[in-house]
Amino acid sequence: MPQTNAMKQADKATHWLDQPRHIQRLWRGFLVALALTIVAQFFVHPHPHFDVESIFGFNAWFGFIACAATVAVAKALSLLLKRPENYYGQRDD
Amino acid sequence: MTDFVIHPGLLLIVGALLLPLLREAPRRFAIVALPLLVLALVWQVPDGAVWQTRFLDYTITPLQGSKLSRLFATIFSLMAVAGGLYALGQKSRLEVPAAFVYAGSAISVALAGDLITVFIFWEMMAVGSTLVLWSQGSANAYSAARRYLMIHLLGGVILFAGITGHIVQTGSVAFEPMQPDSIAHWLILIGFLINAGAPPLSAWLPDAYPQASWSGTVFLSAFTTKTAVYVLIRGFPGTELLVWIGLFMIFYGVIYALLENDIRRVLVYSIVSHVGFMIVGVGIGTEMAINGAAAHAFSHILYKGLLLMATGSVILMTGRRNCTELGGLFRSMPMTAVFTVIGAMSLSAFPFTAGFASKALISQAAGDSHLLYVWLLLMAAAAAAPLYAGVKLPWFIFFHRDSGLRPQEPPANMRWAMTIFAFLCLALGIWPQALYALLPYSMDYELNTAAHIVSQLQLLLFAALAFIVMRPWLKNMLASTLDADWAWRRLLPALSQVVAVGMNRTGLVLRRASLHASDHLLQIIQRHLGEDAKLARTWSTRGMSLWVLVLLLGYLLLYYFR
Repeated sequence: MPQTNAMKQADKATHWLDQPRHIQRLWRGFLVALALTIVAQFFVHPHPHFDVESIFGFNAWFGFIACAATVAVAKALSLLLKRPENYYGQRDD
Repeated sequence: MTDFVIHPGLLLIVGALLLPLLREAPRRFAIVALPLLVLALVWQVPDGAVWQTRFLDYTITPLQGSKLSRLFATIFSLMAVAGGLYALGQKSRLEVPAAFVYAGSAISVALAGDLITVFIFWEMMAVGSTLVLWSQGSANAYSAARRYLMIHLLGGVILFAGITGHIVQTGSVAFEPMQPDSIAHWLILIGFLINAGAPPLSAWLPDAYPQASWSGTVFLSAFTTKTAVYVLIRGFPGTELLVWIGLFMIFYGVIYALLENDIRRVLVYSIVSHVGFMIVGVGIGTEMAINGAAAHAFSHILYKGLLLMATGSVILMTGRRNCTELGGLFRSMPMTAVFTVIGAMSLSAFPFTAGFASKALISQAAGDSHLLYVWLLLMAAAAAAPLYAGVKLPWFIFFHRDSGLRPQEPPANMRWAMTIFAFLCLALGIWPQALYALLPYSMDYELNTAAHIVSQLQLLLFAALAFIVMRPWLKNMLASTLDADWAWRRLLPALSQVVAVGMNRTGLVLRRASLHASDHLLQIIQRHLGEDAKLARTWSTRGMSLWVLVLLLGYLLLYYFR
């Protein structure tokens, strides 16, 4: 695809998402959001179905553990199941 | 029937067959207008049997309305509208008509009142979808289409056997709720589950769908698996086995999607995972659970359609399809990036998206039924889902490192199609009552409460944190992975090779043995009847008369002693 001059110029001016300080701000924002969800728990009134839900921050730690466990299982399985791209013959596109 | 009601599905099928006859401009108009008309007609179908006729000894009902069938017919027509709009630039003249036959058949299954009608349109879906796949034109698509058709014909034969058995046993063709209590009903269940992408044959999905064209996959993702969910809701609500099958599918889909490198295969594995959620809902079988399964089918078509349109745009504009070959596209494709993020948030069931509105119902149903382990597993899956799509796809395609690619945004018609679906993804999350009003059972459920939103945000954000912390683990993990299709792409061909070689060898041995045996026989004959052999010599008259004398004497003796 031929690039126009305008596009090349646009490339040179760094996108705001490329600047490290903005990325750092995004990170801080994310951590603040995490903290806020925990704080917000004191102000809402859930209707738990199960006892386990009443443990403090259940959704937070359960989400973290479930996600970490999934990545770990996937990593283990990848050692078994990984195959080269053209395992079933060449792709033609 | 009192008033004449047009069959929306049949109209779409007939219209699709006429599409190739039109010139370019009217054809483009018809591709958008026809499914819109069908969508309007779906809402003309009243409750109860509308078309009824006699076929052989049975009363068949090709058109029957209910809240559930209208819900599915609505989303199928919506998908045909957006898919048609998206595919206006498709060069293949076969793809869109085939996709409309496919969509029309799916709508007809949703509006079918009896098992014979279900079966007929079930098979037409297989034909339509195979043609969509085939129309991509490459050798890979052709062989994938063949494998795809094989699986679906197998499923069709099993379903046909089951329906025949059911009719023989009950004498009725009506499509009523069943239990897996006889061989016939098991066969019907298996036939349905094959189309739902259930194990062990689920690999047909990731094998076939990503081989279609950039627009073909969008159509393929919507109809087959969701029709299967629909017939399971009608045929097997509350079958406990489905809970476990669904849970297996959820985690199978999540893990494979996490490992996969091809961006559309990631999404296709995610289809299996989300259909798993729906099937768990069908298995739980309460009114809330059935509502959840139906609602999730509806919203899943929206956000998965949106995501496949966005990835289709990326593939069309860059010609690349792997996570590892893309990156940094947000610079030149910001709109597509926004659509992808909206689709990914909806897929992750982020608050104020359609995915949250529907997934919450299934979890709620598991909680209401006090199924602690099912509920915990659903929560774990809900936490892990954002990994592969919510974070991974937008991250690798649009952010991550800069791949140096500067593709343009896709054409306007494609952007509009994505806009419609992105709007619906957000609208149904913000006003879930609009979706809930369409569901088969009325329910009293408040989705956007502070408690629901806070707990869902906790779950998703902390899962994202885990993903970010463990990101180094994912390095070098993206690849093609082995799936069950290995059985019919490697194992079966290898086995048939072994059998063929074995038969060859045995044949050779047998031939040698028979040659040897016939040689031996010939030698024996030669020895006794050959030129100089005793039996072939000319004997003297004297000898002959002696032997005649001996025979006559023997005869005399026998006669005397008798």
